[in-house]
Amino acid sequence: MEWLSDAVIHHLRDVISQPELSATRYELLEPIGRGGMGAVYAVRDRELDRRVALKVLSVPETSSHEAARMTEEARILARLEHPGIVPVHDMGTLPDGRIFYVMKLVDGTRLDQYAQTNPPLPDLLRVFSRICEPIAFAHSQGIIHRDLKPENIMVGRFGEVLVLDWGVAKIVGKARPSTQFQAGERSQTASGTVIGTESYMAPEQAAGASDQVDARSDVYALGMTLRALLANRAIPRRLDAICRKAAATEPAGRYATVLELAADLERYLNHEPVAAHRETIPERVSRLVLRNKALVVLVLAYLAMRALLFLFTRR
Amino acid sequence: MDPDTSIGGHRDRFPETRRSALIDIQSDVASLRDGAREAFIAAYWKPIYKYIRIRWKQSNEDAKDLTQAFFARALEKEFFAAYDPARAGFRTYLRTCLDGFVSNEQKSDRRLKRGGDALFVSLDFETADGEIRQHEIPAGQSPEEYFHQEWVRGIFAIAVDALRRECDERGKLTAFRLFERYDLEPHSDETPRYDDLAREFEIAATTVTNHLAAMRRRFRQIVLETLRENTVGENEFRTEARAVLGIEA
Repeated sequence: MEWLSDAVIHHLRDVISQPELSATRYELLEPIGRGGMGAVYAVRDRELDRRVALKVLSVPETSSHEAARMTEEARILARLEHPGIVPVHDMGTLPDGRIFYVMKLVDGTRLDQYAQTNPPLPDLLRVFSRICEPIAFAHSQGIIHRDLKPENIMVGRFGEVLVLDWGVAKIVGKARPSTQFQAGERSQTASGTVIGTESYMAPEQAAGASDQVDARSDVYALGMTLRALLANRAIPRRLDAICRKAAATEPAGRYATVLELAADLERYLNHEPVAAHRETIPERVSRLVLRNKALVVLVLAYLAMRALLFLFTRR
Repeated sequence: MDPDTSIGGHRDRFPETRRSALIDIQSDVASLRDGAREAFIAAYWKPIYKYIRIRWKQSNEDAKDLTQAFFARALEKEFFAAYDPARAGFRTYLRTCLDGFVSNEQKSDRRLKRGGDALFVSLDFETADGEIRQHEIPAGQSPEEYFHQEWVRGIFAIAVDALRRECDERGKLTAFRLFERYDLEPHSDETPRYDDLAREFEIAATTVTNHLAAMRRRFRQIVLETLRENTVGENEFRTEARAVLGIEA
């Protein structure tokens, strides 16, 4: 038995982890990322001559929990046709027995990396607001993401956003589809199972109370995401209040829907009163001044001219 | 698929029915039991010997005796019967038992009489000793991490040997030699490209690609088969597969 160096083992791990794409329409280009379930690679679709992303399980099991989760993720994505949700093109089992699905290759920057470029606050908030749209759409389809965080959101070159990683999404309410789908869903969300990322996870989700997880759990994660994006910035009180309301410990204290959160942010950006904060008189004056900047400047200019004219005519 | 580069058949899948040696080792059927013992020892003797040397700071001779004695103890039915997959992975269970065993040996100040314990298979301790001498342990690596790393190294080495044997039996040695040249030697600026290998082996560059793809596919299968053999149940198999493939769980 020969001794294999660490470098050789590392190389072997890399090459044997690569998806077996012979007899498929895809050609391997490069690895993009790895996670608990598997890996994502950039591949070329030979038939359509385009670059796409291929997500593949690490282990060739078609009946495992991970296989059910990946299958479910692909099916959820296929149902969520929205410009802010990455579309799925194909799904199947590779010749090596591993389940895969193919999706759009996203060309952009992760939200946390985008925030580190220090964009102006209104730009950052508008990008954040756009995240709310696909999430609200998913909620309308009865799907809760359950793992929203800056690392799972991509920002495109023109400020468009794409929400990724629906691997732990939960289906609720009337949206439950076929029997097979429901079986996978139950196995994931059985009471007591904690799924998600701790620092962004709503308390009810962290407690494993999956029956209490609903749209407001995603509102909490969005609140924590907003707070993370604003780290290292001076946060205005009204904006801080929006973060606090979104990430309230009790679900009842949060915005009831993601759209309510987006609307409050929009009001903040337009210098209108926000639902999350009862303002004082000086705050109201300051906001009204900011909101009517042009008018205030015109009035002040007019008053200054009248004052000058008055002084000039008195001489 | 090019039949010349196909090993294991067209669209061959990982055989899910591969038996667990950890279960067969308790079998009353001698042939099953003997095969399972051999597989168990092959996967674990080197990590165990090296762990005893490093974690317990034993000399080469004492580590050899302790390794043999531990296997003598471990191959008793009770050892495997006491293993509960719900509580820990087998590798963790084995290491915990090994720590307990060596600790007891030291406490009782019982020096194992060299050669006094049954030798089940011929183990190449001298090579293992040489590997410890030649390759430094990375700073900060715990004995547990070292045990894991050596176990992974052992699984890969078993798979390389099995692949070599299989290629030899099936007349696919050219494919194996390509795999050896390209994947089993540390990569550097001097690593040959596919074109270089095609010239060296006097075959087409596409054949090099196909041979390497077939070798890697089969190698992956053997690694997973070996893991299946050394785990009990699906959960443990998947956990170990992730650990061996270097994927964070």
